[in-house]
Amino acid sequence: MNNGNIIQVRDLRKVYRVGKVDVPALRGVDLAVKKGEFLSIVGPSGSGKSTLFHIIGALTPPTSGEVHVGDQDLSKMSDADRTNMRKRTVGFVFQKFNLLPNLTARDNIGIARYIAGMDAKPEPEFEEILKVLKIGHRLDHKPSELSGGEQQRVAIARAIVNHPAILLADEPTGNLDTENSAAVLEVLRDLNQRLGQTILMITHNPEAAAYGHSTVRMRDGRITDRT
Amino acid sequence: MTGKLVFENIKHKPMRSLLSILLIGVPVTLILCLVGLSYGIIGDSQNRTRGIGADIVLRPKNSSYLSASGAPMPQQMVAFLARQPGVKMATGVVNLMAEGVTLGAAGINFDEFNAMSGGFKFLSGGPFQRPDDVIIDDFYANQKKKKVGDTIKVLNVDWHVSGIIQSGMLAHIVMPITTMQEKTGNIGKISQVYMKVVPGAKVSDVVESLRNNPDLQDYPVFSIEEFASLLSIGNVPGLQPFIIVIMGIGVVIGFAVVCLSMYMAVLQRTREIGILKSLGGSKSFILQVILSEALLLGIGGTILGILMSYGAYWLIKTLVPASLPMVIVYEWWPIAGGITIVGALLGSLYPGLTAAAHDPIEALAYE
Repeated sequence: MNNGNIIQVRDLRKVYRVGKVDVPALRGVDLAVKKGEFLSIVGPSGSGKSTLFHIIGALTPPTSGEVHVGDQDLSKMSDADRTNMRKRTVGFVFQKFNLLPNLTARDNIGIARYIAGMDAKPEPEFEEILKVLKIGHRLDHKPSELSGGEQQRVAIARAIVNHPAILLADEPTGNLDTENSAAVLEVLRDLNQRLGQTILMITHNPEAAAYGHSTVRMRDGRITDRT
Repeated sequence: MTGKLVFENIKHKPMRSLLSILLIGVPVTLILCLVGLSYGIIGDSQNRTRGIGADIVLRPKNSSYLSASGAPMPQQMVAFLARQPGVKMATGVVNLMAEGVTLGAAGINFDEFNAMSGGFKFLSGGPFQRPDDVIIDDFYANQKKKKVGDTIKVLNVDWHVSGIIQSGMLAHIVMPITTMQEKTGNIGKISQVYMKVVPGAKVSDVVESLRNNPDLQDYPVFSIEEFASLLSIGNVPGLQPFIIVIMGIGVVIGFAVVCLSMYMAVLQRTREIGILKSLGGSKSFILQVILSEALLLGIGGTILGILMSYGAYWLIKTLVPASLPMVIVYEWWPIAGGITIVGALLGSLYPGLTAAAHDPIEALAYE
């Protein structure tokens, strides 16, 4: 970690090979995120937001450049190291919720702990978080029995149950109506304020972006602006 | 938690799971039925041989242990053997296959055989009264729904049922030896000779003396116990390779069914695999989930296969009790189950490795 930054990215580049063509997705990104910061990332489709997320979230390696999350250097990690990092350091919230359809909400949260090598039952203190998320009474239901807003709040609970250093939310309100969107954004802000949870959120919605402390704009694989 | 995930996955697609279990169960049933029939037929032959009450059997030259059909020996041998030292009595028997390979008929000299065996246990009727009389056992009577006084057609000849005996001695169908020899063109010929030793004589000594008799050179002579013990699966030509082939088929079916089923499951669950990977699920964890599911399907298939073998056992016992004596061979449960589960695990390996190798980003984007 440098200067209180939990995320430090320097000259990050990512090139995807599509058939015989190299497609650059990131063309030299520099980014610093402080611990406890709530950062919104906006930009048009294809601007490299999701690629940046996937690299910071250890889902894919960078082509070149430096990426530090906490004291870990992602650019030098093996596939197994990145898998280990996803267990406890990063939590994901996706636009399509991505809950396991065959498991109840409780088990969806529990499996994240189990994979991280912990007891599937969360600590008693986690009950408070569940109250904030307002899903305590819905834990024994499967995703198909939950509303979109409830599913996304379960996904948030799953993402933070292992106390990750960073929470990455990729269009968390993209599949929700206005009311549920507001509820989810309030929850994210609440978690940031109460727990000091570092959050990076991709969004197309300027109102959603306004929930963050600051906003980064991306275009053509580069950060163009930070406000 | 892995167990719960696997169990819920199986529960989530009940039809796929049940079909997989059923198809995995089929080779288990096949193996258990084949082994059960082999043991049953061999055990039945042993019991019938012991039930004769003889001490020694003399077989035709160059005959195999199980070949019990045909009459290549001259009937005069019976009198010759009866005169040998240590032999109290001898009786010749003609054995022929009545219906297929499983149902034997035997021609006997009733009085001689009665003296040797201690007598048939008649459930109804009695001994032969006419040359075309036949005695059948209760299994055959039940299977063919025959009673005393009815006519049965065996060896293309109509026979009159004079008595029904308790099963377990010699053959399902017993007829007068002379009539049988006439009707089958074997006048003066017999299949084998049974002997009883004089009281106090040692069976092994008499057997040895017969074996050393130059007039009986090349005729296999066995004590009844020795002969019964030779009736084993290992001594039936081709049976062991056949069982191995069926076991191989079991492995292939288990492999193919589970490979197909799990490959489909992996395709259907691509996004879920991506979710598990995004949570930090390692390749070995993903593989473990897939293998555990295959293992559970294999165990389910084994249990169903065992139950279906009981079904086959019941059907045979109810519909054709005299033709195929099947037994349940418990020792083969773990073998049949193990073979099938190995097939299932091998079959799930490729889908499992495919799932484990999924790129998490591509898997999460899968629709």
